[in-house]
Amino acid sequence: MEQTKDNANIIELKHVTKRFEDNGYIAVNDFNLEVKRGEFVTFLGPSGCGKTTTLRMIAGFDIPSEGEILLNGKPITSLPPYERPINTVFQRYALFPHMNIRDNIAFGLKQKKISKDVIDKKVKRMLSLVDLEGFEDRSVSTLSGGQQQRIAIARALVNEPQILLLDEPLGALDLKMRQEMQLELKAMHDRLGITFIYVTHDQEEALTMSDKIVVMSEGQIQQIGTPEDVYNEPKNAFVADFIGESNIFSGIMTGRLKVRFCGGEFECLDDLQEGTHITAVVRPEDVELVAPEKGTIRGVVTSVIFKGMHYEITIQSGKNEIVARSTKTARPGDHVGICLDPDGIHVMVAEDHTNTFLVDINKDYRLEYNGNVLDASLTKLIPGGKRQEDGTVVDASGETIDLGRLHIMASIQPGDIEMTDSEEEGLIHGNISNLIYQGSHYLYIIHTDLEQDFAVYDEDLWNMGDRVGLIMPVEKMTFSIRK
Amino acid sequence: MNKRISLWRPLFFVLMLLVLYLPILILAVYSFTDATTIGAIRGFSLHNYVTLFTTPELQTMILGTLALAFGAAAIATVLGTLGALGAFYARPRIRSAVQTVNQIPVINADVVTGFSLCVLLVVVLGISKDTFIPLVAGHVVLCAPFVFLNVMPRIRQMDPAMYEAALDLGATPRKALSQVVIPQIMPGIVSGFGLAVTLSLDDYFIATYTKPATFNTISTYVVNATKGSQTTIKTALWALSTVIFAIVILFVAAMNYRASRQEKRREKEDV
Amino acid sequence: MRFSRKYLGIPYYIFLGLFVIAPLVVLFYYAFTNGSGQFTLMNFAGFFTNPNTLGTLLYSFAIAAVTTVVCVLLAYPLAYILATGRLRRKSGIIMIFVMPMWINFSLRITALKEVLTFLEGNLAMYPFLNAVVGMTYDFLPFMILPIYTTISRLDRSLLEAAADLGANEREAFLKVTLPLSMPGVMSGVSMVFLPAMTNYVVLDMLYNSTYIMGSLIGSYFSAYNWNGGSMIALILLGIICLFTYLSDSDEGQNNTRGGALL
Repeated sequence: MEQTKDNANIIELKHVTKRFEDNGYIAVNDFNLEVKRGEFVTFLGPSGCGKTTTLRMIAGFDIPSEGEILLNGKPITSLPPYERPINTVFQRYALFPHMNIRDNIAFGLKQKKISKDVIDKKVKRMLSLVDLEGFEDRSVSTLSGGQQQRIAIARALVNEPQILLLDEPLGALDLKMRQEMQLELKAMHDRLGITFIYVTHDQEEALTMSDKIVVMSEGQIQQIGTPEDVYNEPKNAFVADFIGESNIFSGIMTGRLKVRFCGGEFECLDDLQEGTHITAVVRPEDVELVAPEKGTIRGVVTSVIFKGMHYEITIQSGKNEIVARSTKTARPGDHVGICLDPDGIHVMVAEDHTNTFLVDINKDYRLEYNGNVLDASLTKLIPGGKRQEDGTVVDASGETIDLGRLHIMASIQPGDIEMTDSEEEGLIHGNISNLIYQGSHYLYIIHTDLEQDFAVYDEDLWNMGDRVGLIMPVEKMTFSIRK
Repeated sequence: MNKRISLWRPLFFVLMLLVLYLPILILAVYSFTDATTIGAIRGFSLHNYVTLFTTPELQTMILGTLALAFGAAAIATVLGTLGALGAFYARPRIRSAVQTVNQIPVINADVVTGFSLCVLLVVVLGISKDTFIPLVAGHVVLCAPFVFLNVMPRIRQMDPAMYEAALDLGATPRKALSQVVIPQIMPGIVSGFGLAVTLSLDDYFIATYTKPATFNTISTYVVNATKGSQTTIKTALWALSTVIFAIVILFVAAMNYRASRQEKRREKEDV
Repeated sequence: MRFSRKYLGIPYYIFLGLFVIAPLVVLFYYAFTNGSGQFTLMNFAGFFTNPNTLGTLLYSFAIAAVTTVVCVLLAYPLAYILATGRLRRKSGIIMIFVMPMWINFSLRITALKEVLTFLEGNLAMYPFLNAVVGMTYDFLPFMILPIYTTISRLDRSLLEAAADLGANEREAFLKVTLPLSMPGVMSGVSMVFLPAMTNYVVLDMLYNSTYIMGSLIGSYFSAYNWNGGSMIALILLGIICLFTYLSDSDEGQNNTRGGALL
């Protein structure tokens, strides 16, 4: 095995981008990651976030459109999969149904023309590693899902790969089996010392097994960190929402280590400048329910669900909904007070969700977006602009403006956009690609037909994938010139 | 249940069986006599079978038909399988174009296929029919699209990760195809081949327009013979029909037997 | 260049180009030119002004239509019985009805001819009847199989639902089974109607008749009139395309000719 001693990183991804040729869809965007030898790294994110595509680029099934992949410091970006010392455990195992277990496990070794004795010995050792001794002559179809899973792992590990890739390997197993396999995989990793790169959408799985978690969304890395990091110090609202359950509120810094959200002022540990717009994340287990007069804020219990170890209690406080987890029960309609410990409040600078987009100027010199004429004055935008008799617009120097060179940007706040399910209404239509509950409202990301993403606040619950029209009042837009 | 219905069903069933099989069965019975027409009552005789297996003309015709069927089917199987693999992995636009063109010989009348091939190969390109090129090409055109259609669903059903798994384990693309993909689509290839053989055996039109004048397939031979007046040949063909019928029955019985054994084995394994 | 799976298809693409597309192009060229290669619409006009060719077209159409109807009337009840009956080893029984397809059609027609001759004497006395009988005998399995497949794939619970909602057996058949099995009937129709229009050899064998569309091509072929033959072939192709378009049969259904073996 070739290893460069001065380099502890076994694999590095540098500015890796994957754009699919046929539809131009960007599955992975500017992905940067270093993985140390022997680490257990998990790519975590919802389906379609690009985690599997990233894994496939490491395996060699997909070639990055841009960027570089280094193995032990050497570029392998376009090396075919059969020349990489990397093996994969596939989502649905991909065991060869026309071969018995021995031939499945031996497949990789046979490609390397290893002698039969050695192959037999290695197959035997592998089968004992995965606790399936004596299964050599069984056919794949006679195995249970869990057994197939073990064979798939054995088939990959027998080649002694430098990196083992696992693409949602436990997705097809039932809950109990999954938990068992999690522990076993972790034990196997510790014993063999091979680098594992693991893909899952199950946050619990990621938290249980990984040394390092890479949280992804829409082709981009949201956060890289240890399980503790991403759980306790989520970097943004997406991570907070995706990992564990959270209450997410928007608020503002009101002083040194003081933050206001949800109708109350709380002490916090994050030192941000006063007046900064923030997003506060509070885990349900950090919400303390007290007598109404003792709470920083007050509310009414709206629902109580027994969850075995605890009760999940939902409280309505003004316009905000707060979820708490408590060992003590409550009754719907109870008035309660809520206290939050400073270290239970995670404050992050609010992401600016202002939507900006390019608008067109049509041949009549009117502003236009997606084929709809906007009732806004172009002449007011251009310093000294005047509309001529023939409809053209001239600038201060009297020259007709050049439509090709003048670009107008419009911007609008998420709260000023209204969603509709009517196909006729709205300036543009698109599908909801993401939603995050933020206490008093939901934040929706709408992927439009023009391939742009719009952020919209809405109090009502829509579904992922819903097709909506965006009603954007022209008077709420601000326009600027960009040359 | 209504009694009237329960009687009506088996009756119709038997009637249809008779409609389909009676002519063949009657012919089979008469092939063992020395009668020259149906209806005449004559003695038992094997002379039709003797004629069938000793007349050189008939032997050449039967062997020629079989050689053509297996040869054309083999070429069609290779081409159709490669085509299905290539089309499946090609871009969607190319794939749908190939699938469309592949449908042309399937829906087209064999008369039109045969005639147009004859015009192109013989009239325009001047290839002699005696080279067998037009005939073989014609039969491959007849068969390959069906091989394509038989193989395609197999490829589609196969887990796409199989091929990638083979590459991942160090197999080159060629090895991955020959050791993993081909074995898994084998049932489709085999049934495509079988279908190709039967299509070629049953063809009349393409052969008439493309075959050399001196060469005959069973179909073209029988059609000419029924119009002629040579009774020895005519009754020898009754024997041929009976032999083919017997082979088909044996084949179907064997397939049924195999299927039921597989079923039983599967049941055992499930336990 | 590295080996790619995409290139595997190239031999077949070339083959399709040479032996499927090119012949059709040539067909077009010949249909619209005369013997000396000049553009002409004479072949086209000739077909539609000649009472003989027009008569053949209509006659072929009539034979094909009647054959198709007879096939549906025979095949539907049979397929229904096979698909819904409490029969053991259904796959074996459906095989029995597919088996005739594996016996060379010319031998089957020979057998039929002998029987019909015994029954009727001179077959040319009843040309239309014998044409329909011959075609039906030849093509019936092509109608049985798709109808059987569609009916046997119907969800049983639909009938139970119909019964649950108060439909008696007859109503359930008329309102559930029949409409849902129409795709199978349509694909059977396209398997029978088009061959019945063009398969002249059946009639030729039975009573030496050539009064059907397909045989027109044959007669031009015998006379080395490639241009006239091409025009007939083109018109047939047009009818086929029109019919296929109307019956809107998709890829899976067209495969029934092949599906017969499986």
